Amino acid sequence: MKQEYTISLFTEDHIGILGQITIILTRRQINIESFTASESAVQGVYLLTIVVTTTNEMVQKVAKQMEKLVDVLKVFVHTSEQIVYQEIALFKVSTKSLMSGNIIDHIVRAHQARILEVSPEYMVIEKTGHRTEITKMLTQLEPYGVLQFAKSGRVAITKQVKELYSYLQEMDEANSVRPENVKSLN
Amino acid sequence: MKTAKVKEKTNKKTQVETDTRISGADAIIQSLIIEGVDTVFGYPGGAIMPLYDKLLDYEDKIRHILVRHEQGAAHAAQAFGMVSDRPGVCLATSGPGATNLITGVANAFLDSVPTVFITAQVVSHLIGSDAFQETDIIGISMPVTKWNCQVKNAEDIPETIAKAFYIAKSGRPGPVLIDITKDAQIEKLDFKYKKCDYLRSYNPKLPLKTKALESAAIMINHAERPMILAGHGILLSGAEKEFKEFAEKTGIPVASTLLGLSAFPSDHRLFAGMLGMHGNYAPNILTNQADLIIAIGMRFDDRVTGNLKKYAKQASIIHIEIDNAEINKNVTVDIEIHNDAKEALTHLIPLVKPGSHEKWIREFRILDKTENDKVIKNETKPESGEIKMGEVVKTVSDMTNGDAIIVTDVGQHQMYAARYYKYTKPNSWVTSGGMGTMGFGLPAGMGAKLARPEKHVITFIGDGGFQMTMQELGTIMQYKIPVKIIILNNNFLGMVRQWQHLFFEKRYASTELVNPDFVAISKAFNIPAKKIVKREDLKGALTEMLNSEGPYLLEIKVEKKENVFPMVAPGAGVGEIRIE
Repeated sequence: MKQEYTISLFTEDHIGILGQITIILTRRQINIESFTASESAVQGVYLLTIVVTTTNEMVQKVAKQMEKLVDVLKVFVHTSEQIVYQEIALFKVSTKSLMSGNIIDHIVRAHQARILEVSPEYMVIEKTGHRTEITKMLTQLEPYGVLQFAKSGRVAITKQVKELYSYLQEMDEANSVRPENVKSLN
Repeated sequence: MKTAKVKEKTNKKTQVETDTRISGADAIIQSLIIEGVDTVFGYPGGAIMPLYDKLLDYEDKIRHILVRHEQGAAHAAQAFGMVSDRPGVCLATSGPGATNLITGVANAFLDSVPTVFITAQVVSHLIGSDAFQETDIIGISMPVTKWNCQVKNAEDIPETIAKAFYIAKSGRPGPVLIDITKDAQIEKLDFKYKKCDYLRSYNPKLPLKTKALESAAIMINHAERPMILAGHGILLSGAEKEFKEFAEKTGIPVASTLLGLSAFPSDHRLFAGMLGMHGNYAPNILTNQADLIIAIGMRFDDRVTGNLKKYAKQASIIHIEIDNAEINKNVTVDIEIHNDAKEALTHLIPLVKPGSHEKWIREFRILDKTENDKVIKNETKPESGEIKMGEVVKTVSDMTNGDAIIVTDVGQHQMYAARYYKYTKPNSWVTSGGMGTMGFGLPAGMGAKLARPEKHVITFIGDGGFQMTMQELGTIMQYKIPVKIIILNNNFLGMVRQWQHLFFEKRYASTELVNPDFVAISKAFNIPAKKIVKREDLKGALTEMLNSEGPYLLEIKVEKKENVFPMVAPGAGVGEIRIE
């Protein structure tokens, strides 16, 4: 059964890593529904958050193929229940529509959004939340004229207790304790 | 925000320091020398000229083999790496030089061969401007390399090359490509070289899966109809000795993948033959009757498994594999042992009890006899008709006592070479498995011979594949590489014709070839050559070939419309293998 998965990848800062990751998804015909890249809590390590809809079997297979990439440190796959996540959306609406009473203000309050900027011509509203909430707000604003709409990809924090830092330490220890293991032919 | 930093190890094992600043080109060559490279295959061109210029200064340390096409360099380097303990290294210029390598890079990728490809790139300020002979080789090679990297500053050269060799050789090996700009080859740097043996994000040193190994041992000790599937990973980890000990101690029959051939002696009493589409009858059928399958260093490729829905459903499966992404990829297994084959086997041997499975092995023998009566006898010892490919391979095997290095191209002759040569020495089999690259044979043959001059290196090639890379006869001529070339000529693209015969209503679309005079071509390259058509001339011609000092080309006219059997038809299960 297909469902939504959030893949969190911790990577080194290597040019081209993004290409390598998308190639893995492309070969398996998996569409990227949302994508964000940012720094992580570990200096020099980047966090990529990718949302896909596929089967559990397939997401596990692609996660292993991603983790195999030389510059990928660790890959985690989570269902939406296992993470705390948000997206951010910005709406640009015509200031004239404000004249039509308190409706915009009502919508902003009802959605716990906030107004970032107001000019004589337009105003910019910010909303953070889940995709469904953002879509709902967009639907309500649309009758009043949405001049621009932009939405970010998902950012996610996992609920698991073990953090990347401990994985890195484990890797470090495994490498320092174990004997030289470079293979050669013959 | 709390930040934590994991310190990178700095193991200073090999440090070579020089006082004076040297050019990037010098640094490339000196780095290669420190990594133990003594032979490189390549082709010069504009962007790589600074490096080629410096190669002249190191002629006593690095031998450069000028090929006739970069694809040839890639295949030769791969074969060089496969039969020796030295990595295969290739040089090519930017643009077409680099793109011509790609088939060879992809071939090395699918067959997990450690190779390092160095391509030149246009000067760094021109990158991205569609400059003359500029291609995005990093982008192009991304899906077919284990790792790739562009170098734009000379000072980054030593570290990048050290990383490249470490990544290519460790873990599941594979090709690595480094793209070095022309200006980085010219720029000066303070040369310091430190071999790489640690990368934070890359962890080939896997903790031993002791619990899984213990469970595996219990299953092995209790199995009644166990079978080992031996893959290329055994050769790549250098585990032939441990593997033989394991098989002999447990008395379990060993079936091999195409790339696993030569990991276990073909004449060993426990050797059950080859798996897969054109493998042997017994191991394919009995895959679906075994109660336990122990897969070592292999990846359940579709040519091995046939239809997955009909593959070994009754068996418990133990999978020893260094690449975690291969475990549970095609076949769901019961025990995962994500470890290097050598380490896993070393730990497993003391845990297993001495055993024998004579009753089970007799089932192999019965099926072997059927295959022998219906296929092998007629193919290896025919009494009438035209010469058969199988009999040529069998005769060569007998004449060389299974001691030669056998190289092949791709197609019917490849399957015959896999089936009828008795491999007695590890790494004595060089073929294009995963990619199935026609044109691999001739350049791979010369690469193998350059790596192992003391061995007979015999390349079997079909008339189709030979014409894909036959310009490498020029390289063989120039360097007098004493490789023996056998063209098994049936004037057909035989394997495709076989499929047309079996699955496309005998509609032979574009498979019949009008061929040139191969002997004349060979002689034009100053390579002695002979053509035979009669059975009685076979042994004499092979003797002459084997006794010749230099390179030699023997064209053998073989039966025109032969089909390779047994065969697991596409879509069929291994248990449905056809014998005729």
